[in-house]
Amino acid sequence: MATSVTGTTDEQAVSAVPVSPTPPTRRLRASGPMLAFLGRRLLSSAVVLIGATFIVYMLLAYALDPLEDLYASSAPNKEQLIEARIRALDLDTPPPGRWVKWIAGVGGCVVGRCDLGESWVTHESVIDMLGSAIPSTVQLIAASTFLAIGLGIVVGIASALRQYTGFDYTVTFMSFVLYSLPSFWVAVLLKLWGAIGFNDFLRDPTLSIPAIAGLALLGGVIWQALIAGDLRRRVTTFAVATVATGLALWGMSATGWLLDPQLGIVGVAVLGFAAAFAVTALAAGLRNRRALYTALTITVIGIALYYPLQWPFVGATTLLIAGLAVTAVIAGMVVGWLYGGPDRAISMRVGAITAVAVGAFIYIDRVMAVWDIYSGSSRIAGRPIATIGSQTPGLAGNDYWVRTLDTYTHLVLPTVALILISFASYTRYSRASLLEVMNQDYIRTARAKGLPERIVTVRHAFRNALIPLATIVPLDIAALFGGAIITERIFAWSGMGTLFLSSLAARDADPVMGYFIVVGAMLVLANIVVDFVYAALDPRIRVNA
Amino acid sequence: MTVPTPVPPENARQDSLGETVENAIELKEVEGLSQGRIVLRRFLRHRGAMVASVFLLGIVLLATTSIGWGFIPGWWKYDHNALSQVTNPGGAPTMSISTGGVVFGEHPFGQDNIGRDVFARVMRGTQQSLTVMVIIGLLATAIGIVMGALAGFLRGHVDNILMRFTDMIITIPVIMIGAILGAWVGRAGPVTLALALSLVTWTSMARLVRGEFLSLREREFVDAARVAGASNARIMFRHMLPNAVGVIIVNTTLLMAAAILLETALSYLGFGIRFPDVSLGNLISDYQTAFNTRPWLFWWPGLFIVSIALCVNFIGDGLRDAFDPRQRRIPSQRSMDKAAERAAKRAHEAKTAAPAAAGTGS
Repeated sequence: MATSVTGTTDEQAVSAVPVSPTPPTRRLRASGPMLAFLGRRLLSSAVVLIGATFIVYMLLAYALDPLEDLYASSAPNKEQLIEARIRALDLDTPPPGRWVKWIAGVGGCVVGRCDLGESWVTHESVIDMLGSAIPSTVQLIAASTFLAIGLGIVVGIASALRQYTGFDYTVTFMSFVLYSLPSFWVAVLLKLWGAIGFNDFLRDPTLSIPAIAGLALLGGVIWQALIAGDLRRRVTTFAVATVATGLALWGMSATGWLLDPQLGIVGVAVLGFAAAFAVTALAAGLRNRRALYTALTITVIGIALYYPLQWPFVGATTLLIAGLAVTAVIAGMVVGWLYGGPDRAISMRVGAITAVAVGAFIYIDRVMAVWDIYSGSSRIAGRPIATIGSQTPGLAGNDYWVRTLDTYTHLVLPTVALILISFASYTRYSRASLLEVMNQDYIRTARAKGLPERIVTVRHAFRNALIPLATIVPLDIAALFGGAIITERIFAWSGMGTLFLSSLAARDADPVMGYFIVVGAMLVLANIVVDFVYAALDPRIRVNA
Repeated sequence: MTVPTPVPPENARQDSLGETVENAIELKEVEGLSQGRIVLRRFLRHRGAMVASVFLLGIVLLATTSIGWGFIPGWWKYDHNALSQVTNPGGAPTMSISTGGVVFGEHPFGQDNIGRDVFARVMRGTQQSLTVMVIIGLLATAIGIVMGALAGFLRGHVDNILMRFTDMIITIPVIMIGAILGAWVGRAGPVTLALALSLVTWTSMARLVRGEFLSLREREFVDAARVAGASNARIMFRHMLPNAVGVIIVNTTLLMAAAILLETALSYLGFGIRFPDVSLGNLISDYQTAFNTRPWLFWWPGLFIVSIALCVNFIGDGLRDAFDPRQRRIPSQRSMDKAAERAAKRAHEAKTAAPAAAGTGS
């Protein structure tokens, strides 16, 4: 590593300049040394990547014998077949020679003439195979990665703020357990036990009274541990949470909500106002009236648009939904701006986040509306949680909402499996990171000058605690493209992981190399991104050529 | 750098008392002890790690003695591939827990569809998976130490070349290179597989040891050793290595936990240990289709994988706490308050009890 990013903790400690909570926007200037550094970094990464492809190519050349099936065959023209395949695969050239030819084809990508070879089994070109595998993998993993990051950070932060309480110990223990779970076991369990069990349950979705009571008590225990405080506060929280959870579950069970789930305008309104208050409380503090009014105004606008929006939703497309989301963000910012005041940026931010939340509720409500149609269709027949593939073949109708719901029901299980596995590491990272930041001098300074605890936590501590995480996230996003090899296999998802496994099992080297070049290149790029992100976020770190 | 948790003003009075308690704990902990004793003592006091150690030892003993290992005969009557009479309908487990205690019966973990004893198979799988785990742990650590020590100590060109090579291996996803190696040598048995996998899992260890050595080589004792005429090899392995042993041991446990998950995953995918041999991963792969009819076939191997990985992770956590005094847990405000309260109470009791004792005594 040519940067001072790694292994500089000592220097950091010496020159630790307190990071100002609202730093002036820093940009990496494209100065001379910076460009030189980038150039050197790209060059050395390219060398590393090329070296790695050589290692993999050699391993594949010795590990896979494309002639294996022919040696074992009893065909009369065995010799000729072997001869023909040796010629077709150029096996007379020693592996390093073949690697040179292969890498020359890859090098063609720089000038626009990519040649990653072809599968000798199906004669499909590797580029085409990758072209269909990558989007499918990204679809599978994107949601779970972002959900795992979000959930992991939230749980980790909550656990750090409640250090050494029952909640913290529970989270730590759970993250250990999740760390130790083999992914294939979890996935098979979810598929064979969770999904089938849930589908059976949906046939008659009523919960027994003891089950409701048990779940309600569990909810109460979790909430009181999360909110903590003295005994009285804990008992109050426990009672309120238990009753609320119990009533909600009873309501769901009694009305058969799970068979025909919906939020309705009332549900959207309740959730929307809750979101408005929550977002304001976290991002601006309820005392900031302008921000609060912004959030409430945008919620009212959202609710008012609930019925009018059902018209464009009829012929919805992905493009329309994306456009509406962007419109919501802009509307939120405009409302925030109109409320004015000295600190417009905060109101605008609150408005935008609230607008997205309210929009999401309306969207979810619309997706739920087709549940009945979807679940009752002949292909699904009341067993909506899918265990295999990425869509139901021959699903009647071409409605956008039904297709969307179909995608979601297929995504649910693999996403849960992936979240369970990756979420633990984010929890531990964010917990450790926040604990370290909370012990810094500038946090004590912030408290000493009388800032409310919310501002200390959210603005001073939380932002700085995210910096170390920013170095992991790009690497994980790069790993996205490698797919979840095991999860894809279990849920029969035809993405990158399946491409790799099936090619390896078919002793087909070129697609495996194609897989690796994508994964390796993304990883190497992500490493460069990490260096720059770190330098941009942390003023103590400079990239030096 | 570390700042004690800020004390609210109302507790300031108790603060001096709390501080003395804390200092006393810390002083007593290290009084007249060698570094090794301190570490051992901290480790023994780590409850999670101790429970995990005992549990892991139990698993290892159970797996090695029950069906025998190598030439050591075992006490269990079935072999992992032997067919036997189906006892319960469908081969359901005969183990049951009732008021009369635990009944093991003929096949405590049940039997599979052709009548093989699941207990014997799971034990065999545990043996193989543990073997792979230990070999990878030791060999990958050794390779990582040598690579990292050379790079960190010699620096310059050696460092550059070794670290670029490490980068190359890191660029290849472990599960991918593991599957390729498994496809190549997996058939040859667990030991060969473990040796092959160690050749690609040493990278994190090498980076860690390199970092440690880069900072250690600037210390005075290295200069002293050099002045005394020690060779490079001696300085590296007699003087510097013992100083890096903490990080290395902790990382070895993490490596082992990752190794058992890697091996079972590869065996599950069919690129690891294969039929006719048994591993916990390929047991799950073989039996997943029978989940609805014979769930016990699926639960037991999974339970053993999770237990082993969990134990190793907990031991690693305990070792980290034991080796790194900075990670020492600062007692929470609540327990400090309680301790102070207890101390005050004891002082009060001593004061009130002393005259009484003086009265009744002698």
